[in-house]
Amino acid sequence: MKRWLSKYSQQIFLFAAMMVICIVLTRKSEYFLTWRNIRNILEANSYRLILAIGMTFVIASGVMDLSAGAIVSMCGVIMAVVLHMEIPVPAAVLIGILSGMMFGIVNGLLIHYTGINFFILTLAVSGMLRGVSLIITDGKPITKFGQDFIYLGIGRIGELQLSVLAALFLVLISVPLMFHMKWGSYVLSLGGNREALVKSGIRTGFYRASVHAFLGVMAAVTAVIITARLNSAEPNAGMNMELDAITAVVMGGTSIKGGKASIAGTVLAVLILGVIRNGLTLMSVSSDYQQWITGFLLLVSVLISEIKVHKFRTLMK
Amino acid sequence: MLSAKTKEPIVEMKNVKKAFGYIQALEDMNFSAYAGEVTAIVGDNGSGKSTLIKILTGCLKPDEGEVWIKGRYFSSLTVKQSIKEGITAVYQDLALDNCKDCAGNIFLGRELVKHGIFLDHERMRRSTEELLLRLHISIPDITQPVERMSGGQRQALAIARAVYAGGDILIFDEPTSAMGVKETSRILKLFLELKAEGKSIILNSHNLFQVFDISDRICVIHNGRFVDSFLTKDSSPQKLHELIVEKEEELSDETMAK
Repeated sequence: MKRWLSKYSQQIFLFAAMMVICIVLTRKSEYFLTWRNIRNILEANSYRLILAIGMTFVIASGVMDLSAGAIVSMCGVIMAVVLHMEIPVPAAVLIGILSGMMFGIVNGLLIHYTGINFFILTLAVSGMLRGVSLIITDGKPITKFGQDFIYLGIGRIGELQLSVLAALFLVLISVPLMFHMKWGSYVLSLGGNREALVKSGIRTGFYRASVHAFLGVMAAVTAVIITARLNSAEPNAGMNMELDAITAVVMGGTSIKGGKASIAGTVLAVLILGVIRNGLTLMSVSSDYQQWITGFLLLVSVLISEIKVHKFRTLMK
Repeated sequence: MLSAKTKEPIVEMKNVKKAFGYIQALEDMNFSAYAGEVTAIVGDNGSGKSTLIKILTGCLKPDEGEVWIKGRYFSSLTVKQSIKEGITAVYQDLALDNCKDCAGNIFLGRELVKHGIFLDHERMRRSTEELLLRLHISIPDITQPVERMSGGQRQALAIARAVYAGGDILIFDEPTSAMGVKETSRILKLFLELKAEGKSIILNSHNLFQVFDISDRICVIHNGRFVDSFLTKDSSPQKLHELIVEKEEELSDETMAK
């Protein structure tokens, strides 16, 4: 029991924090705890959660991908161009997702084979992808898609939006993928000790490429949702989205150095960030503060995770 | 015991060279180990012991030379090939994933699965318990991550993993450097048990007394070169020590002359 508490301390803390924030907001605004508002929060954060799930795997593998937001915009633009060529929606979505996967694979292979620092590398890829989306769109949004495509962004089954169901589905499959299958186990070991994998005869290049491909697919799914919702593909879409995702993942207790991950933590952190954003809007606080708060929470989360590591080191001495 | 002349080596290196940039780590290295024997590699720091081991396990590719394993020729090995040939190694850095628990490390790369795709955590944990018990390795809580264990416990775990892997050529690079006296003697006993099972052991150790305690054959290397190889029973720690020091002096004379 004690070990369980210490192992999940960060997630328990997040849950408690969320409860406190919810109680405060419920008292501040009678609108907060209505189904409509809860549904709002879920729908506004579904795609953030999807991207954060992808980022959880990448951070677990010991690196970060700063090009995730740019991949979102690039995939949106690719799908928009394809849709305007009168290609059926399922095919266009498939092309978008395959492109996301391909960008991810390129990122992964570059990191594996060049040995360039992942920060610089994905930042460079991000700049390139943004540039290409601007060139293709000439800086202007591509708009007006058919109802079939828009449905993917706003359609509901019963009370729940498709995007929320997609996020739920991806969360449910990512838990066994990370903790109960070889693939996830090797992804964690890439972050834990890559040498150990190499010396066990495991092809680390494959896992490096595939974990980035996974994030690429998540970014493409995100692109489908936001492009369909806005009925518009914008070259500037997904701006700072990787920052939100990284914040949520680190807040959720996934180790910034890799090797340890928590899917539940990521889900809780995305929800907390969503509830905070929602609360600020309900209390009519400017959205500029939301950006500030995200940055601030990232700083605090990193500090907490560093303190955990150091406390542990001193204990070992 | 058969003499070296009548017995085929199980592992053999001929004229192997390996450089890292300007540093020639192995210069014309010759090395042989024989089946069912404990072969100790002795040499000073920087003599190329670890490089030699890494070539055998496929972690490094030699620049030149031949590697023969069980009579098969390899110009260079991959880690996979080396594992397939029955070589298992415990590296100096142990190659453990510190974030995983004992079972996660023992089964790294050879996980047990159920229903075809899911990791069988329960079965791996039970097998790990049995394995550690059989090898008399005591780790109080095997479900905690390895980073919470002592240096000796982690070394013991790495050795347990090599034993579990079941290869017939076991390579140990400084296997007991972080262990206490009691743990060390237990591990040395384990090596002798493994030898009795017919495994070949290649041991790299600084500890000359340890070397004389358990090895059958000693291979002395110096400065990336093969110096001498002899049966342990024909030598003594005193003689070996003199040989190493003599080589060291030769080297300093050479550098002085330059």
